[in-house]
Amino acid sequence: MMQFKTILKNPAQWMLSSGPYGEIVISSRVRLARNLRDISFPGWAVEEDRIEVLNRVKPAVENLNEMSGAFSSDLSNLKAVNKQILVERHLISREQAAKAAGSAAIMNRKQTLCVMVNEEDHLRMQSIKAGLSLSDAYKMIDEVDTKLESTLDYAFDNQYGYLTACPTNLGTGMRASAMLHLPGLVLAEQINKVINAVNKIGLAVRGLYGEGTEALGNLFQISNQHTLGEQENEIIARLEKVIRQIIKHEENAREKLYIEKRTVLDDKIGRSYAILRYGHIISTKEALDLLSMLRTGIDLGYFSDDIRALIDVLFMEIQPAHLQFFADRKLGAEERDCLRAEIMCDRLKSLPEPSKFSSNKSNEQSSQED
Amino acid sequence: MNCDVCQENDATVYLTQIVKGKMQKVNLCEECAKQKGVTDPTGFALADALLGIGSDEKMDVSADSLECESCGFSHAEFKKTGRFGCSECYTVFGFGLESLVKAMHKGTLHLGKVPSRYQVTKKYNDQITELKDRLRIAIEDENFEEAARLRDEIKLAEADYITSNESEIE
Repeated sequence: MMQFKTILKNPAQWMLSSGPYGEIVISSRVRLARNLRDISFPGWAVEEDRIEVLNRVKPAVENLNEMSGAFSSDLSNLKAVNKQILVERHLISREQAAKAAGSAAIMNRKQTLCVMVNEEDHLRMQSIKAGLSLSDAYKMIDEVDTKLESTLDYAFDNQYGYLTACPTNLGTGMRASAMLHLPGLVLAEQINKVINAVNKIGLAVRGLYGEGTEALGNLFQISNQHTLGEQENEIIARLEKVIRQIIKHEENAREKLYIEKRTVLDDKIGRSYAILRYGHIISTKEALDLLSMLRTGIDLGYFSDDIRALIDVLFMEIQPAHLQFFADRKLGAEERDCLRAEIMCDRLKSLPEPSKFSSNKSNEQSSQED
Repeated sequence: MNCDVCQENDATVYLTQIVKGKMQKVNLCEECAKQKGVTDPTGFALADALLGIGSDEKMDVSADSLECESCGFSHAEFKKTGRFGCSECYTVFGFGLESLVKAMHKGTLHLGKVPSRYQVTKKYNDQITELKDRLRIAIEDENFEEAARLRDEIKLAEADYITSNESEIE
């Protein structure tokens, strides 16, 4: 069984690799909600029932090939800060972090697969892949689900499909979502238009940590709202189609900025670079915005593509619980802001200045050669 | 499953009724169902008539006080939280649920993945539901020839389902 510390030392596989449309789509996730037939849903179940669910589900999940060498823990055994780390890595939800008896999380080594026990439903299983890979992510979690259904008796209804605690998840019990980095649309002030349009066609747009969270660092999650009345692959195809359109809009917005507001762009990227290199007190929100501009700089050729993974890992590591783990003690808000600045400064110390401030890349390269 | 009345034949008619916030289920074989007049759609308090359950109780169930027999969850609780207590709640509080679900989703019939142990049931269920819909329309249109044909088809599908169920159990 993997140690908690090992999880932290290794970033998730999807953070290190770049998937399809990796410049704009950070990751794709697919989550399935399942329940056992003969026991109350976790929110209503008494403690013994929740523990009974855990005793049936946990061994079934741990025995999967996919979970060999997995990290598995009852959440009551984890310190609050460690739970928060799992939330920051999108491995468990904020709701589950608050729960106690009978809740557990099991995740594979690569942190691409995670099963939560006794969250809102008895099982919430999800897969995460880099880039726009919703079909692959679904395939991965579908296989796990098919294996589990041979040992667990799921609650299933001929009309409503998989029965879930909340009727909004009925049917497929599937929530597919992609994390998009949309600085172009935000800077061009087109993002609200896009969000409204996406909402109108039955898809949801949320911030970095799901329902009711702010869109920090220009990161947005787009997911399906309906789970019943359509097949899984239809839902995914529709979602992918919309995401491809958003990608197009984002690319256009970036190009337009690059052509028409080049100085504004140079300035934003230059300032972000300077603050990250020389700032001493940086809050989470500011850090996410600065890293977002650096990532934009990579996409537009201001920085080498080699540092993309470094930036993506920093997005995770500068968040409050990760910092406290790094420091190995509880930190006050001010201490966190200082440590955050220190870490980013250290990681980025060998990053060359943004190299696109004037004229285009080829000119600059030739002048450097002179 | 045996018939609750004669305890001999296989039950093929399943009744679910809610009396005083409690769910009652009665399983009958075709013979007994016919004898007891279960096929009469105007039948009221069937469980009462058949098995004498709660014979003195009057039916006055307001939706809020309705409770799930399996988990004790009440409809008032659902109104408060928007979540159900257990999977059985979907049967108990099934009335009026369809319009709620319709507002939330693309449709009200699950078209996606089906766990393998439910695949046969789901297939026949969808088939029989569709045939019954067509039967209702045929009767409305007074197309009795078609209705008779559909009725036979439904019987056949139901018999098929029972056989397939038996072979599955074996």
